[in-house]
Amino acid sequence: MSNNLDIASIRNDFPILNEIVNGKQLVYFDNAATTQKPHLVLDALSGYYEHYNANIHRGIHHLAEKATSAFEQSRRRLQTFLNAPLSEEIIFTYGTTDGINLVASSYGRTFLKAGDEVIISTMEHHSNIVPWQMLCEEKGCILKVIPINDEGELLMDEYEKLLTDRTKFVSVVHVSNSLGTINPVKEIIAKAHAVGAKVLLDGAQASSHLHLDVQDLDCDFYSLSLHKIYGPTGMGILYGKKELLDAMPPYRGGGEMIKEVTFEKTTYNELPYKFEAGTPNIADVVASKFALDYVDTLGKSNIAAHENMLLQYATEAVKEIEGLRIIGQAKEKVSVLSFVIDGIHHQDMGVLLDQQGIAVRTGHHCTQPLMRRFNITGTTRASFAVYNTTDEIDLLIQGLHKVKRMLG
Amino acid sequence: MTINEIQDELISDFELFDDWESKYEYIIDLGKEFPPLEEQFKTEENIIKGCQSRVWLNAYLDGELLKFEADSDAIIVRGLVSMLVKVLSGHTPEEIASANLYFMERVGLHQHLAQTRSNGLASMLKQMKTYGVAYQAKSFNAAS
Repeated sequence: MSNNLDIASIRNDFPILNEIVNGKQLVYFDNAATTQKPHLVLDALSGYYEHYNANIHRGIHHLAEKATSAFEQSRRRLQTFLNAPLSEEIIFTYGTTDGINLVASSYGRTFLKAGDEVIISTMEHHSNIVPWQMLCEEKGCILKVIPINDEGELLMDEYEKLLTDRTKFVSVVHVSNSLGTINPVKEIIAKAHAVGAKVLLDGAQASSHLHLDVQDLDCDFYSLSLHKIYGPTGMGILYGKKELLDAMPPYRGGGEMIKEVTFEKTTYNELPYKFEAGTPNIADVVASKFALDYVDTLGKSNIAAHENMLLQYATEAVKEIEGLRIIGQAKEKVSVLSFVIDGIHHQDMGVLLDQQGIAVRTGHHCTQPLMRRFNITGTTRASFAVYNTTDEIDLLIQGLHKVKRMLG
Repeated sequence: MTINEIQDELISDFELFDDWESKYEYIIDLGKEFPPLEEQFKTEENIIKGCQSRVWLNAYLDGELLKFEADSDAIIVRGLVSMLVKVLSGHTPEEIASANLYFMERVGLHQHLAQTRSNGLASMLKQMKTYGVAYQAKSFNAAS
């Protein structure tokens, strides 16, 4: 037992945790890349295909109505999850990256002009760097970067210095995927708004760990992926304030997003459909509701308490490994433990842990500028989810000792 | 020794190991013993970028034989690289271009040639064979 959760019983909800890898029971510590899926979600996926697979919104037959209703129910479920004022402010996307691209492309190309400034941070995932670089290149805007300290925290004083009346957009990560740092996003948003800039939060990592409230944050856009919250892959949402989404042109053209099409002129559909061209990822959208229901049943604060316990346990435990240095020691962190060990290449670490059935992520974690800031080429990252245990962390520590002995 | 004789010798070396640890310890030892590539050859041109580790490959003709030197910043990849060099280096371009590399699979290391490993090893192997084809064409052109 850990606080209010029965972890042994939770583990039974995730069939994949019984997999044997290289002759060992799987230890899955790559949750920041993607979380595993509970029965509830797997059953929802097969249930959809077995009982009510149909294309949505257009059909008038029974299956189409049932599928449409489940699809729109998921939208309302995500609205509650983010505490968004309106369900049409929830746009279905393919994931966090897709949502950021939508905003950079549709909002950015419409409302930004040469000389305008966009602010990101040193700890951004490439997904929250490249779309803005592409925009800046096209429009002649200037990209500015908030620096960080050695613990992996944003330098807020420096951020304030970057803000001017030329700042039109701020796009930052809510929680860093490489470091685990929880950024002071409410303060970032308030300061950006004070100079008239709009703010997007990359919520890929935050969404499974933190309680989210877009009204309290007052963010203009929030992008996340469901596969990191025990839901299916290939599906995410973009939240945007209605007045902004209304003012933005469609991002992709096709079916569903139109009101009327003639060869002379097409008029566009209302929100949210204006941004949802083509047949969406219906099955995964439908199943995502069940992932959120699962999280709610366990309780987000219970999950966070368990994950924090694991993080503290692991942070303490790795101290016995000589030459190990934790990368990312922010005061506010989620359950991500990134580290380097003197004289050991992260890839060798990954290969030898894998041989012991332990799945971690090694490399630059799609944050190459951040790695350069720490003067390293990559880290080994163990990231914990609700189904992980201290016993598994003990196995990781044993594994690290073995790797050190083998490479020593 | 022919390319296949060297491969068969490696396969019998690996038959001695009955667990993953001794197998990987052997690869790590190979990596440690493999002579490093001289700095002058660690050029942008010779680099084969994987997602996680870097591999450098230098090729040159020694008489009629195509020879390889290589290096990597990760030790296991270095060990694997040393085996590819041992098998392919010092043969004619024709032999290299047409070689069928089966030893990685036979010793249970084929996953390191898979794309997901992102270690540049698969690209290195491809590059070695490309050199074989290129030098084959060069010597053909020179002769005609």
